[in-house]
Amino acid sequence: MNNRILEEAIEKAAIEAIAKAVIYIPPDVKKALIEAFNNEVSEASRLQIKAILKNIELAEKMKMPLCQDTGIIMYYVRVGYEFPSFKVIEKSLVNAVKIATNTIPLRPNTVHPFTGENPGNNIGRYIPYINIEFIDGDELEFTVVPKGGGSEYVSVLKMPPPGEGVRAIKKAVVDAVLRAGSIPCPPTVVGVGIGGGSDIALHLAKKAACLRKLGSSNPDPVLDKLEKELYEALNELGIGAMGVGGRSTVLAVHIDYAHRHPATLPIGIVFQCWAIRRATARISRDGSFKVFQ
Amino acid sequence: MIYLLKTPLQEGDVRKLKVGDTVYLTGVVVTARDAAHRRFIEYLKEGKSIPIDLRGGAIYHCGPIVKRINNEFKIVVGGPTTSARMELYEADVIKRLGVRLIIGKGGMGSKTAKACREFGAVYTIFTGGAGVLAANTIKRIIKVEWLDLGIPEALWVLEVENFGPLLVTIDTTGRNLTKEIIEGAKRKYKEILKKLEVI
Ligand code: SF4
Repeated sequence: MNNRILEEAIEKAAIEAIAKAVIYIPPDVKKALIEAFNNEVSEASRLQIKAILKNIELAEKMKMPLCQDTGIIMYYVRVGYEFPSFKVIEKSLVNAVKIATNTIPLRPNTVHPFTGENPGNNIGRYIPYINIEFIDGDELEFTVVPKGGGSEYVSVLKMPPPGEGVRAIKKAVVDAVLRAGSIPCPPTVVGVGIGGGSDIALHLAKKAACLRKLGSSNPDPVLDKLEKELYEALNELGIGAMGVGGRSTVLAVHIDYAHRHPATLPIGIVFQCWAIRRATARISRDGSFKVFQ
Repeated sequence: MIYLLKTPLQEGDVRKLKVGDTVYLTGVVVTARDAAHRRFIEYLKEGKSIPIDLRGGAIYHCGPIVKRINNEFKIVVGGPTTSARMELYEADVIKRLGVRLIIGKGGMGSKTAKACREFGAVYTIFTGGAGVLAANTIKRIIKVEWLDLGIPEALWVLEVENFGPLLVTIDTTGRNLTKEIIEGAKRKYKEILKKLEVI
């Protein structure tokens, strides 16, 4: 297989995936927002969700990014052991961001944390973020997540005494949602990552918030129950869409975990605003590809 | 109540607005976020003139996506940014520049609420993230100033038609909806933790 062909295919697929992600809301998210609208009793909060739904519709019709904060681009890559070339992946994914920034356009968001300099193309040190996992097979698959700043701003890492167990987890989640208030553009998805280590907990939390489909249940019955319990409790806080007061504070709570060291109980909490943007590309070894949500 | 308002706004226009009212605004809106606010204050201190008359005006906390087509700018998407960052400056902007309507997201603090009460201004929120909906009400770009601050930070002077829904969350009576909602949530906090068997 010619590397050049694969390189072009990955780049093209990534540009298409970024465009799809920033313009179209995935069907599971749209469904969840409509449900939130139907279940909302507060007039003010209903009006906010109505505006969100109208905005989604307009973005689709006009083929424009649905929110001006097109975020920092995150790639979650799953590459098959038999995929013909690993060398071309990173380069193509980075290039795609540069091109997409101009053509879609995306807002140039990457700034140097010390000098404030903005390269203008959404590229920078370690950014776009590329997370690679290996899977069986000969295909390359990646999900693009443009992650906005407003919801990232309220992320939390807690390292409670491990003895506090699940009580510490519940409290950390309620505290985080209360503290976040209207900042992360509620209704949000709250991703919770438990265990591993500080970095692993946050990584799992972000994946749970951004990648897992809404309406899916946790395969672990204990966690599934905990998710539902927290979902109900958080929506009793009364924060509502955009913090104007109401039920629709969170669309879901998604929990994932890793085994932990006996001395620590890392709790990572990452928010995803209502503008959940993700699209996946699957590329075959011959360079043909499909982009879907 | 729903109000259709036109700029320039009179003091009476905003004094009648109450927390929970919805406004649709027609006329001129000026975008200003962190850097522009900082410069407002700097210029006021140094006695330099601000390139736009904001008396009776509306400012919008927004860093838009702008496309340049044949040397002409077009606002593609322009939803609100988090207003809390402007809390440091907004009271002075209201007092010294005579702004009557502020549009943002997430709510503002007590300094701004106090200035709203004293000088006759309101703070409203536009749905966070709804950048296409906002851009759709922009008729044209009248002009742009302070472009040296960068596209998202510049002052974009926009002609808008029925820009909204803008929900009043700080009115001229000292009420602040965002604060009330969070205080309400704090009151429910204990009960919720009990239900979750945390305490
Ligand atoms: S929090 Fe989300 S919806 Fe709100 S402005 Fe940021 S990216 Fe857009």
